Amino acid sequence: MLFLIIKRILLGLITLFIVSLITFVGTEILPGDACTTYLERQAFGEQLEACYRRLGLNVPAYERYVSWAVNAIQGDFGYSLSGEMPIKEVLGPRIKNSLVLASAAIFIGIPIALILGIVTALWRDKLPDVAISTVTIFAMTIPEFISATLLILIIAIWLEWLPGIVIVPTDVSFLELLPNIILPVIAIAMIMTAHMARMVRSSVIQVMASEYVQMAILKGVPYWKMVFKHVLPNALLPAINVVALTIAWLLGGVVVTEVVFNYPGLGRLVIESISNRDLPTVQALAIILASIYVSINLLADLMTLMLNPRLKTLQIRK
Amino acid sequence: MTEIIQKVKNLSIGFKSKKGEEILILRDISTNIKKGETVGIVGESGSGKSTLALAMMGYVKHGLYTIGGECEFNSSNLLKMKNRDLEKIRGRKIAMIPQNAGQALTPNLKIGYQIDEALQLHSDLKEEEREQKISELLNKVRLPSPETIALRYPHELSGGQQQRVAVAMALAGTPDLLLLDEPTTGLDVTTQAHVLELLNFIAKDTGTSMVYVSHDLGAIAQVSDRIIVMYSGEIVLEGPSRDILKKPIHPYTYGLLKSIPKLSLAGLPQSMPGSQPQPGTMHRGCSFFDRCDFSEEKCKNNSPQLEYLEELNTNVRCFNYKSLMNDSQVNQTVNKIKTSLQDKEILNLSEVSISYAKQKLLDQVLNRISDDNPTVKDININIKKGETIALVGESGSGKSTILKSIAGLLRTKGGIIKFDQNRNLSSDLKERDPNDLRIIQLIFQNPDESLNPNHTVEEIIAQPLKLYFGLKGEELKKNIIDLLQKVRLGEFYMSRYPRQLSGGEKQRVAVARAFAAKPDIILCDEVTSALDVSVQAAVLNLLQQLKEDFGTTYIFVSHDLAVVRAISDRVAVLYQGRLCEVGPSKDVYQFPSHPYTEVLLGAVLEPDPDIKPKLVAEDIVEEKPPQKGCSFQGRCSRILGDICKSEVPPWQITNGGNSIRCHIPLKELQKDQIN
Repeated sequence: MLFLIIKRILLGLITLFIVSLITFVGTEILPGDACTTYLERQAFGEQLEACYRRLGLNVPAYERYVSWAVNAIQGDFGYSLSGEMPIKEVLGPRIKNSLVLASAAIFIGIPIALILGIVTALWRDKLPDVAISTVTIFAMTIPEFISATLLILIIAIWLEWLPGIVIVPTDVSFLELLPNIILPVIAIAMIMTAHMARMVRSSVIQVMASEYVQMAILKGVPYWKMVFKHVLPNALLPAINVVALTIAWLLGGVVVTEVVFNYPGLGRLVIESISNRDLPTVQALAIILASIYVSINLLADLMTLMLNPRLKTLQIRK
Repeated sequence: MTEIIQKVKNLSIGFKSKKGEEILILRDISTNIKKGETVGIVGESGSGKSTLALAMMGYVKHGLYTIGGECEFNSSNLLKMKNRDLEKIRGRKIAMIPQNAGQALTPNLKIGYQIDEALQLHSDLKEEEREQKISELLNKVRLPSPETIALRYPHELSGGQQQRVAVAMALAGTPDLLLLDEPTTGLDVTTQAHVLELLNFIAKDTGTSMVYVSHDLGAIAQVSDRIIVMYSGEIVLEGPSRDILKKPIHPYTYGLLKSIPKLSLAGLPQSMPGSQPQPGTMHRGCSFFDRCDFSEEKCKNNSPQLEYLEELNTNVRCFNYKSLMNDSQVNQTVNKIKTSLQDKEILNLSEVSISYAKQKLLDQVLNRISDDNPTVKDININIKKGETIALVGESGSGKSTILKSIAGLLRTKGGIIKFDQNRNLSSDLKERDPNDLRIIQLIFQNPDESLNPNHTVEEIIAQPLKLYFGLKGEELKKNIIDLLQKVRLGEFYMSRYPRQLSGGEKQRVAVARAFAAKPDIILCDEVTSALDVSVQAAVLNLLQQLKEDFGTTYIFVSHDLAVVRAISDRVAVLYQGRLCEVGPSKDVYQFPSHPYTEVLLGAVLEPDPDIKPKLVAEDIVEEKPPQKGCSFQGRCSRILGDICKSEVPPWQITNGGNSIRCHIPLKELQKDQIN
């Protein structure tokens, strides 16, 4: 078991190494560099040389990669071009904001998704299923920029209950941020919950049709006991991986929603730094998003392993 | 008269087709189950036997509904009962033992919990008493060390152990009626015999009534007092089990019994033409009309009613049963097989060993396989042209593994597989040239999985013809029609998809595909085990006919010793990937035998209440072959001592030309076996 965990962590690190290489090579290949972008029309002669020296761009690429990687491991991603701030300081509040948004969506969305999925499966083809399924399919098909815009129109503009877009500084306190995140959370949670509820529904239906559930019924196990003991633990196992992917997707920045609501999270930072050709920041973001995906998936796999007795013995035997 | 505990009255169950028609799965079933008796319900797949058993617990599967009739238990109709009331009957008064215990035990719950759950629901025992009871129950079904078994998860047990757990779980509620739905079908022959013996013991010990559902007349014969034969959703024959098995007075049962291969008879059983009508395709007349040898004009348009014959205490649904009453000893006539054996050797396996062990990195670099105890070892067999050789053994005996290596799907670890004395086939698939691939073809166990569901029959058979012979256009079509006729399918099958065919028809298509390559050797992997008995005989007869026409060599893998007896010239018995006995089939089936062959032969169930299985060895499952000595040492009841554990036994040859690998001298082997 321990061996397996170490092996998976190593694999994750290798993935990150490859991602860092690809982004580094990618930014190298692109025409222009940080200095030409920063100096714009003055990018020649003495000034350009000085800039190269200052940013350390005058050494060979592999040396720059090594020193960048060594710094990155210590959390130092160098300087952002726009404003010449350390990237660390740019990222900090953005990560915090994205975390706030993601966790709000997770804590609201996942329980609702589980409940809806289970209810629709247990009342399959009856009224609750038909009603909820219609709504979830509807919610799944509307793109988030439409639902977000509609939410702004109805709740912010017509009813004037909540602010329509976020116009607070990036580093405000949580309480000040709170009213601002309600609409984005609803927009994200809608689509996420709908997807997950469908997934849970089909998983529960599949288990309900299994021979061991039929056996439990024929054994005289009361309905709800059967649902909680025999159905749900087996039906929700495959859901863990889907939940993990959703969380990673949320943390990685829900780009469209963040842009529509002008929300200062990671997703918007991605868009901003790409359009500003702020390559050091893009590089840092790529690595951070990759680490989020890798670590959350690792966690999900380990959890499935712990909860599924079948996989557990298999691993121990090996 | 003894007390009746379950009364089924005019029961009809069905479903609505897409067109809104009512399609019947069960048609007007009436029968009574008496206290303490064991009733066998036998029929082919689709005859409605499982639906009937489930209805006896008040359970109707999703999509089906009760059209009429009732299942009465303690004078209340289970089919109209509320779920809450049913929960008090299920598991407590009526319990079920499922077909596939591996699937029917909840995977995330420990064995002990699953039995405890039944005890909590159906008894008033306190916690410590329940713990005691769990051990008692596991002991009763003869599981070793109950305390540790209770802490295991279902997947950690073998198939036979899982089935025993299911029996223990059913007994937890001390039910009055036990329903068994094909409880031994997925098990090995020896395990099956042991489980049946256990069930018989439990029936006697507890006085529980049992309803035993199976397609296997051999298993039914061992347990039941009374037999119900079902066909196409109806009861066609019902009566005391001895009479039904010895003097069947319904043409279907008569044909069924004749189509079962038996150990005592070499040669192919007679097959029954056609197959059971699909639900919903029924028109007027007797449902067995198309396949009946005794049918008359009136059978075509009039359905016979179930008629009670007092002198035999039997119900029969046939206009013509009288003609069977006079002449109905099932004097099984068999089609003697002609051997088309030639002297030429076609395939030679020498010192073949196969390993599933993963190569370590160093071994990969050095391109070697290091495993001193491989799955299959020391296989030496010469196969002659035109021969049918059968590999038999329980699951894990390595029989399919050897087949895979001959086909090139699995690389051998050592030894040589030689075709036609000069061509080396030890390499795997990628290294063989197209002609090496053509000469060996495979027919798989399950045609549902081996035929591509998106290809028509024409496309399926065309593939080898195009690949190996480059046929096109008219010529290709002519060849396909020719092959279809050879497997007794008409030209109109060409445009059909596998899902539109019955099980037997699908297997015929698979046979046609194998023969399309004009192979020298055909590997048959359990080709009849997914088929119904009446269809099995037809496929066996077809394979024999084709072999006589083409001079093909068959390597036939099967766990069913009676089928092997019927079709093969020579038999090789395998245990844990090592040969135990090789010889002409008539000699292998006679004594002296290797102790393992004796175990296998003893466990065969014959559809005859007078022939009881002999249980010689325990049905424990060994995970790995022993490092040293005889492969069968762990289960052998006649083990001599240290010599069996340290030295690989020598080959001894009997008068009939049968080679047995055992330390016990032949004379002594025979002595005990005859007693």
